[in-house]
Formats: sequence, C-alpha cells, structure tokens
Amino acid sequence: MEQDSLHEWESKCIQEEPPRCKAACPIHVDGREFSKLMAAGQTDKAWAVLCRTLPFPTVTARICDGPCIKSCLREEVGGGIKLNSLERYCAENTKRTPPFRPLPARGKTVAILGAFLPGLTAAWDLAKKGFTVTVFTNDSAEAFATIPQEFLSVDIFKQELATLKKMGVSFDENSSPSLELATKSLEDFDAVFADPFACDAKALKISPPSITTLKTEKDGLFAASMPEKNTSPIALIAIGRKGALSIERFMQSASLSAGREREEPFETKLYTNISKVEPVTPSAVPADGYDVESAREEASRCLQCECMECVKNCAYLEEFKGYPKVYARQIYNNASIVMGTRRANNLINSCMLCDLCNEICPENFSMKNLCIEARQDLVKKGHMPPSAHEFALRDMEHADRDTCTINKHQSGTSESEWAFFPGCQLPASDPSAVDRVYKYLCDSLTGGTGLMLRCCGAPADWSGRIELFDTKSESIRADWESLGRPKVIAACPSCMESLHKAIPEAEVTSLWSILCEHKENLNPVLPETISSLQDPCTARHNDKLLADVRLLLSDLSIEFTEPELSGLHTECCGFGGLLSGANEPLSKKVAEKRGSKLDGDGITYCAMCRDLLAKSGKRCLHLLDVIFPSGNSDPAARAVPQYSERRENRVRLKEQMLDVIWRTPSAPRPDYESISVSFTSKAKELMEERRILHSDIQKTIQAVQKSGQALESTETGHKLTYYRPVTVTYWIEYEEQDANNYLIHRVWSHRMRILGASK
Amino acid sequence: MSTLKVIDEDYSSWKCSACGKALTPTPIELEYLESKFTVELPACPECGLVLIPEDLALGKMAEVESLLEDK
Repeated sequence: MEQDSLHEWESKCIQEEPPRCKAACPIHVDGREFSKLMAAGQTDKAWAVLCRTLPFPTVTARICDGPCIKSCLREEVGGGIKLNSLERYCAENTKRTPPFRPLPARGKTVAILGAFLPGLTAAWDLAKKGFTVTVFTNDSAEAFATIPQEFLSVDIFKQELATLKKMGVSFDENSSPSLELATKSLEDFDAVFADPFACDAKALKISPPSITTLKTEKDGLFAASMPEKNTSPIALIAIGRKGALSIERFMQSASLSAGREREEPFETKLYTNISKVEPVTPSAVPADGYDVESAREEASRCLQCECMECVKNCAYLEEFKGYPKVYARQIYNNASIVMGTRRANNLINSCMLCDLCNEICPENFSMKNLCIEARQDLVKKGHMPPSAHEFALRDMEHADRDTCTINKHQSGTSESEWAFFPGCQLPASDPSAVDRVYKYLCDSLTGGTGLMLRCCGAPADWSGRIELFDTKSESIRADWESLGRPKVIAACPSCMESLHKAIPEAEVTSLWSILCEHKENLNPVLPETISSLQDPCTARHNDKLLADVRLLLSDLSIEFTEPELSGLHTECCGFGGLLSGANEPLSKKVAEKRGSKLDGDGITYCAMCRDLLAKSGKRCLHLLDVIFPSGNSDPAARAVPQYSERRENRVRLKEQMLDVIWRTPSAPRPDYESISVSFTSKAKELMEERRILHSDIQKTIQAVQKSGQALESTETGHKLTYYRPVTVTYWIEYEEQDANNYLIHRVWSHRMRILGASK
Repeated sequence: MSTLKVIDEDYSSWKCSACGKALTPTPIELEYLESKFTVELPACPECGLVLIPEDLALGKMAEVESLLEDK
C-alpha cells in the first residue's frame, strides 16, 4: 500500500471526525469529552478539558452562550445538551485548576491594541506560546462592561487579568489604541494585533483584513472588521485566537493560511446512528445553576457521538478493538515492515470479506477490499503465514482431484445446454442432496444438463493467491468449454461470484432461480415451525438471487421470517474469507452471534452457512432439506459431517453418480485407504479440533508399515509414530490390534521439520 | 548453537520399537521457515528416532511457529 492510498483509506473512516458540538463551537471545545467526565461526576477532570481550550476559563465558562446547542445531535431527540450551563457549574464547583505554564520566552514581542475579548484572548494565547506581550489600553478591565454579567462578578474577571499578568502580559494603561499607536507599535514590536472593539480596520484606515488570517495590507499588523452586534462572546474570543495563531505563523515565516479550513465552525462528517435513541428532554436550569445531581443528569443526556456503525455490526471488527481507520494504519505498517514482526497478519486474515461494513458505512469503507489487497500483497512478497489458509487450500485441491470431479454431459446425450455446478461444499455436506437435485434438473430442463463437480476456486481468491486463482479459472474454463459452453446453474452464491470472475462470458444462474421457474414437480416437506432466513454473505449484492429465493419460498408456502440484518445487510456465518481456517475461535464467535439473531430454526441456501450455524449449536435447515427431502424426520438437527467425512462424501458422491448415472467406474482409490483404522471417541474429537484427517492418519500408518520406525510405551504398550506428507508432521499414538488393523488413541501435529540429531 | 531445554518430564517409559532402547534426552535440530534451532528432546540413542510430545507440539512449538510466520 502506498502512503497516498493509506491516506485515502483513512479519510474514508469518519470515526475520528469531531462531534457536532466541537465542530460548531467557534473555539472547538471538546463537549463530548467534557460531558463524559461530567456525567461520571469527575468535575475536576472535566474542568481540565475546558482549560485546554478556553482562555481565562473562569470567565469564559461563565459567559459562554452555548453556540453548539442548536447543532447538538441531541437536539433531534429531546433537545441539545446545555453545555454552557454545565460549563458554568463546572467553573463554580471545580476544586483544582491546572497551572497555565507559558512556553519559554521566544524573544519576540507583540503589541495588542485594546483589552476587549479578542484582545485579551490574543494576549492569553500568545503569552502561553512564549511571546512577550504588551496590551495597550485605557483600562485593562474595559472588557467587563461589554460581556454578559449574569453569572460573572468583577472579582472573577480581575482574577483572570491577574493570571494574565502572571503569565507575563504587561498592560500599558495610559494609551488609547489608534492608527498612530498602531504605526508606532509596528516599529517597536515584531507584530501587532488590533482588537476590533478598540481599533477596527476602519479606524486603522486599511481595507478589510483577510477573513481567514486577519492579515492586513500592513506587514505584521493583524486586525479585524467590527463584529456584528450580538455576536456570541465565544465568536469574539475566536477572533483573538485567530489573530494569535496568525501572528505565531508570521513570526515563524510559515504559511498563514495552510490547514485552517476548519478553524471556523464547520459541519462534521461524523455520523451517529440515533434510530434507536429514546428522546430525553433537558430539565430547566435552576436560576442559581445546576446542583451535583442535575449537572450529572444533563451531562448524561450526551449521546457521546461516534460512528462505529460497522464495528457494532461485525464481530471481526469488534474483536480487534479498533475501527477501520486504525486498521488501515496497522495494515499499512504491516506491509512496511522489513525486519520484525508483522502484527497485523491475523487482522488481515480474519476478515470474512463479507462486505457488510461497506453497506453500513456512511462513507462505504470496505474492509473486504482493504484486506484482500493486503492478502495479495503478503502472498506476492512471500510473507503470508503458511498456516493461515493451508487447510482450506488443501480442501480445494481435494475437491479438484480426479477422485472427486465429474465433468460430463447428461447421461445418454452429447450436448449440454445447461451444466449443474453444485460447488465443493454442498457435496461435502449433503452429497445425496446433490444427487436428488441433479436428477430433478435433468428431468425438468431440456437441451441436456451436464454436471460440473469441482471447486470454483473461491479459496484461492479469498486467500489472496492471484496466480492460483488464475490457474483454477483456466481449468474451470477448459471444463466449461469441453461441455460446449453451457449455461451454468450454481447452487452456491460464492460459486456464482467466482464463476463470474473465472468465466465472465458464461451465463451463470442460481439453482434457486431455476427452481423458481421449474417448481411444478417439487414436493417440499414443510417445516413444522417458522424458520428465520439466513442469506449467505456472498448473495448480498445479487438482487435477483435474493428475490428469487424469497419468491421460491413463498411459492412453495414455506413460511419464514427475516432477522434485522438481512438481504443486502445480511451477516456472514463465520466461513467467509476463510475465517474458520485462519482464526477458528473468532469464526465460532461469529457463527454463534449470527445464530442468536435468527428466531427459531435457521433456513439458508448455502451449505457452509448451514454447517457453521449448525456446528455452533443453532438448529438450521438447508433449503434443499425442505425442497428435496431426504426422509430425515428432523433435518434442522442433521449432524454436520466432520472434516474427514466431508472429503469421503465427495469421493463417494462421484463414485455413486458415475456408477448409477453414467455406468462408469471411478478413479481408483489410493492404496493407503485400504488400511483399516478405528478411533477412540477422544481421538475423533482431537482430529476435528486439530484438523487432522482420516487420510493423514492412514498415510502415517502406511509410512510406519514401510519403515518400521515407531516408539513404544513400556506402560501402555501403545505405539507412537510420525510422518510428514508435505508441510505438516502428524503424530499418531495407536494400538495395533491385528495385522492391518489399528486403533487410534491420540493425534497431534506441528509444522516444524525434524532435521535429526544435532551435529 | 546453544541447545534449548524445553522438556521437564521424563520420557524414559518410551522405548524405540526397532532398537529396544529407552529414549534419552538428545540435542535435536528443528527447522521452520529457514530458522533452525537445537532443542533437547527424547530420542533413541541408537537410531535417533525422536519424540515430540503433544504438549510441546501444541504449546511452545506452535507459539514459535506462529512467531516465525509473522516474521
């Protein structure tokens, strides 16, 4: 990822945008943080937040007229937070004011003409920054008469003037700001700020200064036009602050105007969802201000605006404790590491690539695109952790082996107008359903319906292996062309996506659309209860598929409800993006979370959604369980085949279909499959948990039969051996019951290679 | 290269089937993603057949594998 690209990604995530109060405040007080601390009863900390931004805070907090209130999002659900009254409470009740420590003197002098709010603010800010400030005025307390005094005493005002003096500001009280004084000051000082109430642009006989920088035609002189009547005191303070910032930049010979687009009140891009927020109206502010309780109550109405829309709706985004902007930075840093640990690999490989965030995000941030690019980059640079996707890729290769694949015209025909593409997981999950559907399609469609039994290549795509996916695509194309470029009927929405990429010119239709058009001879067994529809995440953007599934369900009188997030906004089951291989605990969490959102039994049209939900303990039907019933009296409880069984299912399906439909023998089985192994229940459990297959065990036993190399326990008599077929070393603890018959007790594996005794 | 000691338990109740010898702690070289280290593991003193116990494979070894994968 290039740095420009990172900035583009980062700017798309609006979570760090300021809340509306801060954006609307002329001096951008962090009202959200302030309210949070006030609601927690932490008055001193809340006061420290105000002191970060307010000049002479004990005065400003008492004269603030709350220009943010109308912009507050709470205004739409009850009424804006009365931040000004809370500020006043805070000023009156704080016990500790943080010290104002000016920076070391810079040796630069500034003259301020006038001591009204703009002038005093400029003096405050510049003194803090280490400038030597002299305020020219007739009366240092002249501002007091011009500001709201309802909650302010002259004593408090004078205390803040004393603070200013302590900060090094000197007051020359025998001078009237004027054009002459300004001209003289420009000679005696490095810069001059003219308070518009004392000496505005007109009095200085200059053309109106720049609105964004207050720069005037006279070098070093910063001034403003006379503010309109009834301007908010906070907006007057902002004039002084603007002048002070310009003077600082002027002294540093820096650009006066760069990066000041958001200095004035602005509209924030932050989005906060208030669709589920109950309206709460504010209580009236008592004449003598809030007490402890009412202040906390008012502050508690603050919505603590933030977006987090995607995070709230995605267990993956939640898991890594950040939000997309942070993740984009972590992923960028991950790619930049030359030596050291790539800490974001797990983040990159745990995204389900389901693209729900893109649909939910007000700015369409797609973690899918970010993560898939990052995966491709890891693969390209040879940095992809080998273990992340290996099991899924091996599974893909298994489905594409000649023991599992079929690519044939309908029996007795030599042409295919159609080809059924069940994918690799439906045959693994429910092979007999594939058989029943295929027969129905052959009977219902004309022009010949061929069968393409193989994987669509999705694991290669999802794991970021571009070249591997291209190879798969070529092989799919070859199969498709050998059948005469038929219209493809895909049972799985992920296959549809992959096939569109692999053979874009092919007409790919979903099985459900075809069944919708040919439903006359369907004999569904209706579920006894109303199920909740789980749309697979890869169906999200397939409008026709989403519509046809609903049409089919209602045409067949299959009643269903929909969860809150459905259709375009459906949630992944935990399989997407190969999550279950890369981060199994998270995959389980995702499945459980999704399952909990489906009322009653689930019903879906993706074999992996069905199996992952079922594995998480959710009763779940595949639509085929209903439309092509197997005779199982409770298909929602149908057991999920284990990894080894899934593979065996594929092999048997091919054998049976070839035998029954095409009357041809299947490819011979490998000889290790003749080794008879049985398992203790513990061993079965370990195999599933550790993804060790029946065939891995048979291969290991075959290896020991040849080498005779095994260990033996003098206590149990069990034998222990290991074998490394390719990249994983398998350990098998077993009992040899009789010749060629083995009982397996324990299994484990590691990826390290044993080189032998150290020399 | 120094030899890492990661096993405390005694595996002398395991013997090599072919040689009939009890396993003894032996420095064994392991490799993953081009990183090599020597670890003391139970092995047959005769033919060198090694035992990698389940706890080690799933614990420390898996941790190191994961660390190396992120390097």
